[in-house]
Amino acid sequence: MSQQILLGDEAVALGAVHAGLSAAYSYPGTPASEILESLVRLSAESGAFKAVWSVNEKVAYEEALGVSFAGKRSLVSFKHVGLNVAADPFMNSAITGANGGFLVVSADDPGMHSSQNEQDSRYYVQFAHIPGFEPSNHQEAYDMAREAYDLSERLGLPVLMRLVTRLSHSRSAVETRQARAQNELKKGAGKDWILLPANARRRFSQLLDQQAEMVRYSEQSPFNRLELNDRDRSLGVIASGIAYNYFREAVAGNVGAPPSFLKVSTYPLPEGLIRRLAAQVDRILVLEDGYPFIERQVRGLFGLPGKTVSGRTDGTLPASGELNPDIVRRSLGLAPLPSLPPSGLPLANRPPQLCVGCPHADTFKALNKALEGRALSNVFSDIGCYTLGALPPYSAIHSCVCMGASVSMARGASDVGLRPAVSVIGDSTFAHSGITPLLGAARADADMTVIILDNATTAMTGGQPTYGSGQELLRLLEGLGVPRAHIRTIEPLPKNHEANVQVIKDEIAHPGLSVIVAVRECIQEQRKKKRS
Amino acid sequence: MKQDIILAGVGGQGILSIAFVIDNAALADGLTFKQAEVHGMAQRGGAVQSHLRLSDGTIWSDLIPKGEADLILSVEPLEALRYMDHLRPDGVIVTSSTPYKNIPDYPDVAEVLEAVRRAPKSVIIDAEALAKEAGTAKAQNIVLLGAAAPVLMLKEQSLLATIDSLFRGRGLPILEANLKAFALGKKAALGS
Repeated sequence: MSQQILLGDEAVALGAVHAGLSAAYSYPGTPASEILESLVRLSAESGAFKAVWSVNEKVAYEEALGVSFAGKRSLVSFKHVGLNVAADPFMNSAITGANGGFLVVSADDPGMHSSQNEQDSRYYVQFAHIPGFEPSNHQEAYDMAREAYDLSERLGLPVLMRLVTRLSHSRSAVETRQARAQNELKKGAGKDWILLPANARRRFSQLLDQQAEMVRYSEQSPFNRLELNDRDRSLGVIASGIAYNYFREAVAGNVGAPPSFLKVSTYPLPEGLIRRLAAQVDRILVLEDGYPFIERQVRGLFGLPGKTVSGRTDGTLPASGELNPDIVRRSLGLAPLPSLPPSGLPLANRPPQLCVGCPHADTFKALNKALEGRALSNVFSDIGCYTLGALPPYSAIHSCVCMGASVSMARGASDVGLRPAVSVIGDSTFAHSGITPLLGAARADADMTVIILDNATTAMTGGQPTYGSGQELLRLLEGLGVPRAHIRTIEPLPKNHEANVQVIKDEIAHPGLSVIVAVRECIQEQRKKKRS
Repeated sequence: MKQDIILAGVGGQGILSIAFVIDNAALADGLTFKQAEVHGMAQRGGAVQSHLRLSDGTIWSDLIPKGEADLILSVEPLEALRYMDHLRPDGVIVTSSTPYKNIPDYPDVAEVLEAVRRAPKSVIIDAEALAKEAGTAKAQNIVLLGAAAPVLMLKEQSLLATIDSLFRGRGLPILEANLKAFALGKKAALGS
């Protein structure tokens, strides 16, 4: 077959297409955005399947589950915290089971390159009692997609693939296979999907009964690999996902065979293989990018008698943060390679910042001016480019928790008397999770001011479409019950600064709910349109 | 044989286009490669880098270990210094001399260039001037690719073919400017 240059994200996407995908859903989030972006491109070329940006991850998950219930192969993808948003249907879909193959792709962000936390999606795999895959390279990401669909259809369960930023955003050549046909529509077992307690109890015990089969699958999977070194019993390495590469990199220059090792790429853990490794060695070092998920299971509460288990929990590796080849090299007791010393010059940091001419900058300047002298003011903000408003020279916001939280948090603070309670949220984030809290705030006419930054796109992740922008957004606000007189629009431009400050001051002074929509298109999107 | 390259710059300076050209040339030359890049928040005017590894054998890590980089190819001089401790003792720095000053505490440019020169092997190119000479200031990244071409383990033909495929769709004048930028960069590096 042919070779293609693909991002890790794109390798999963193409693997799914070639495995007979019928529909895919997602909400953008780094490092997962490129999965659906590439599916949108491929779908436009072939027209053979659907690829849809959903309103949020929960909606995306349920849309994909509907596809699976109809018998077709489906995919849902998101960043790790997106799985929190989708956790309700995720957990319950493990009980209903799947009909058509159902692949859930969750891209973790160890090191928090673009995230609020570095939670490890493998805990969700364990939590839901479903199978999981963790590729270590692009070819595996591509191949595992098809394997995951086969396993999903064999077990009748959703299957999760865990990616990490470093693989999602790395490019390499991938050998592709012949595409196979999609499934026909197929009615599934109806009762399984009605999670009344009687059905749910029956389904949950079936799911628990399937666990042994999943472990056997892991033990036989060619993606896991045990290599024993009979000459050196001092150390055995368990390495999962991308950490396996760092291990092989570190020992590639060694004279002689590497220490005994087990590569882990499927979950639940291949217990038999771990026992064989443990029987062979005195000390086990666990390398995994993310939480010490394997390490804690291997050690258990009482440890392994007569053995040492090392990794993130005993200080051999840092307790948090992304692994890299240097950290792993050190953990194996290998000396650093000779290199040039640092330049010696103090290097100024260059943090990310709002683009020159960004509409958010003008909104923040006006907001700061309007709030001048108000000691108690709190600006709750949200997830997007505008989170950069936390940095100088703006220093304009005081919170960033999760999608939509700015609106609900402002409501809570307002309820206990904080004035002014201000929320700043982007149009895409508002559509994702800001509508429901605003509905509640409108019903109560809570004394708070929501500023929606309507730049007509999902900017931070590269300009995906948005669901709540322009006139539609204004009509939506009215429909939610925001008083018409207190739905205001401003155009964030330097020339409008004074007028915008006044609008914000007026609405903050209003003793009830007000929403100010700051309308100006993202300049990156404007540029893109000009170019094309 | 292998070659490990750190591409450095500021978000928006076009280092991913350099990576695109090298990746495709590597594929054409039958080499294996891995190229780790930065997406998302840091792309907004922040420091960005891409680890690009070429080999005629297996490549394990997507990231280059410290001490393994053979080349730092930087579109901005301060950014070239950020990754010096990744360079092998005999590694090469190829960098633009044009600073990108979007931070208040940008150090003295002469000191920055002096620090680059302290590396055992460095090539400093006035990429801005050469790109303008080629026809567009936007081609600074391709000037630097041309400057690095003599030390890359890739056929020049493969690099030029990819530049062709990358820019042909944007019109002949843009393609020609980029080909000229590549040639000017190469000439400047060989003459330095």
